[in-house]
Amino acid sequence: MLGIIIGVAAVIVIMSVGAGAQSLILSQIKSLGSNLIGVLPGKSEEKGPPASVYGVVITTLTYDDAMALKKKSNVPNIVDVVAYTKGVGTLSWNNNTYDTNLSGATVGYMAVEGGEVEAGRFFTAEEEKNLSRVAVIGSTVKKELFGEQNPLAQRIKINKEMFEVIGVMKERGTVAFQNYDDQVFIPIMTMQKIVSGVNHLGFLRAKIDQESNIPRAIEDVKATLRERHDITDATGASDDFTVESAAAALDMLKIITDGLKYFLAAVAALSLLVGGIGIMNIMLVSVTERTREIGLRKAVGARSAKIRSQFLLESIFLTGVGGSIGIIFGSLVSYLIAVVAHFLNYTWEFIVPLSSIMLGLSVSILVGLFFGIYPASQAAKLDPIEALRHE
Amino acid sequence: MLIKIRDLIKDYHSGEVVTHVLHGLSFEIGQGEFVAIMGPSGSGKSTLMHILSFLDRPSSGEYLFNDKAVAHLSDDELAGLRNREVGFVFQAFNLLPRTTVLENVKLPLLYSENRKGLEEKAQEVLKSVGLEHRINYYTNQISGGEKQRVAIARALVNQPSVLFADEPTGNLDSKSGVQIMEILQKLNDAGKTIVMVTHETYTSEHAKRIIRIHDGHIVSDAPVANRRHAGDGDLLK
Repeated sequence: MLGIIIGVAAVIVIMSVGAGAQSLILSQIKSLGSNLIGVLPGKSEEKGPPASVYGVVITTLTYDDAMALKKKSNVPNIVDVVAYTKGVGTLSWNNNTYDTNLSGATVGYMAVEGGEVEAGRFFTAEEEKNLSRVAVIGSTVKKELFGEQNPLAQRIKINKEMFEVIGVMKERGTVAFQNYDDQVFIPIMTMQKIVSGVNHLGFLRAKIDQESNIPRAIEDVKATLRERHDITDATGASDDFTVESAAAALDMLKIITDGLKYFLAAVAALSLLVGGIGIMNIMLVSVTERTREIGLRKAVGARSAKIRSQFLLESIFLTGVGGSIGIIFGSLVSYLIAVVAHFLNYTWEFIVPLSSIMLGLSVSILVGLFFGIYPASQAAKLDPIEALRHE
Repeated sequence: MLIKIRDLIKDYHSGEVVTHVLHGLSFEIGQGEFVAIMGPSGSGKSTLMHILSFLDRPSSGEYLFNDKAVAHLSDDELAGLRNREVGFVFQAFNLLPRTTVLENVKLPLLYSENRKGLEEKAQEVLKSVGLEHRINYYTNQISGGEKQRVAIARALVNQPSVLFADEPTGNLDSKSGVQIMEILQKLNDAGKTIVMVTHETYTSEHAKRIIRIHDGHIVSDAPVANRRHAGDGDLLK
């Protein structure tokens, strides 16, 4: 019985959390803007993202590539481009130090990612190019490094290089697994030449004027990059970059969450199996305890099929009750998860899909049916004379 | 003829060992008879009753019930016959626990093809055994004699052709035993055929005819000379 309850509860929780997580990711993607495309260095593998996603350094994308994509003559539907060279670093101010993410970015960040400045300003296009040592810090960085003090115009050290804080970003939270507040923005050229000593981009994002123009824009981006990289093969087989829309990234996330879902479903299936065996034992004990009753029922004219269906119904009733308790229990757990998610500032929707209730109920009934067959046929097989003599 | 058996044989096979229980019995029981089958334990009287009441099949020989051969019917057909044609009264009552008197009496009707008027039939038959005041009691709340009367009511509810009673007074005190025999005699007076298995001479003398069995053979088959009438003031034993 407990196994059935836990199994069905797990089914409900899995499906509810799955639906909640999907709605969360969807709403976050929407808040990022669905008309974004991303360009990653390296060709994507057969079935998955390019190796650069896993941290392999590929140096094929450059700052000049980003600038070329920004030109309307190359990509007519482009709104703006942000290029990133990322890293980690230690910030220090007075006696405080704090380790955080360094985002070498272009000014396009504000337009493409929709960032907002809370105090001060973001760096300018000029500062982006002339190796200015200016930094715009995220709200978490401000809290950790400056506490209640005003960080503007303060001089901080990033990996031993001096920078001036010119702005603080508005708090944004974690969106699509990316913490926007725990980072510091510096001009991309400064990042490359002074801090990390590299010449390539980590990745870039481009904002397209309309969602419907994304397929066209992707082709334009590919053509531009192939021309710049001297790639003549238009099939994409020898590309040294990958272009993806936000929708494709969403699909990728869905694959990951689906994998998680299947894993949890396997756990649920296992506990349903254990619960089913438990039900079978309960029913076998019940058949033994009620042997005389079975004998009597047969004596007064019950056919074997009647006895079988009686015990099958009892088994289904047991698992049905267990399943119903599991549905209630699972819904409560899902609700608690939603409450906790809200507490952690996620826009988490509490959903118990009707399909999950139907699934939970039908699965528990099937378990009752399947694991009731053996005890029920044992009961039906009993010889009435033997059964009536049973003590 | 209601019941007619000829050369009825029953053997039990357990591995290599064959146990002969009934060695070719032949007799007839007519409508309205009250027959006691007597014999010591192991004589085969219970086996005989199981065959007569369609709970078991003979190994060979003939069994005609209402002039129809029934020895080779399927399990389901036998179940149907048990439901329609016979009623059982057991030594150990065999009532369903945690269930009311009325539900117990209704039980055979649940397996019957004609389920109309379940409630009324069950109440009527309970009234006929004098238990209308116990209808909604649970079976663990009533006395042994009352339990056996519930069992009789249950046996009668489908209006069977014949009532089989297996040591019906075996688990009862003598006063309750007398009541049960009185009911059986009244039913027989009203025309019900009754076949009763017992090992007590005293109880058997309430029947009209006694068939004595020993080691699977009939040793005597005779009418009761001085039939006892329950309720005449004499107590069992």
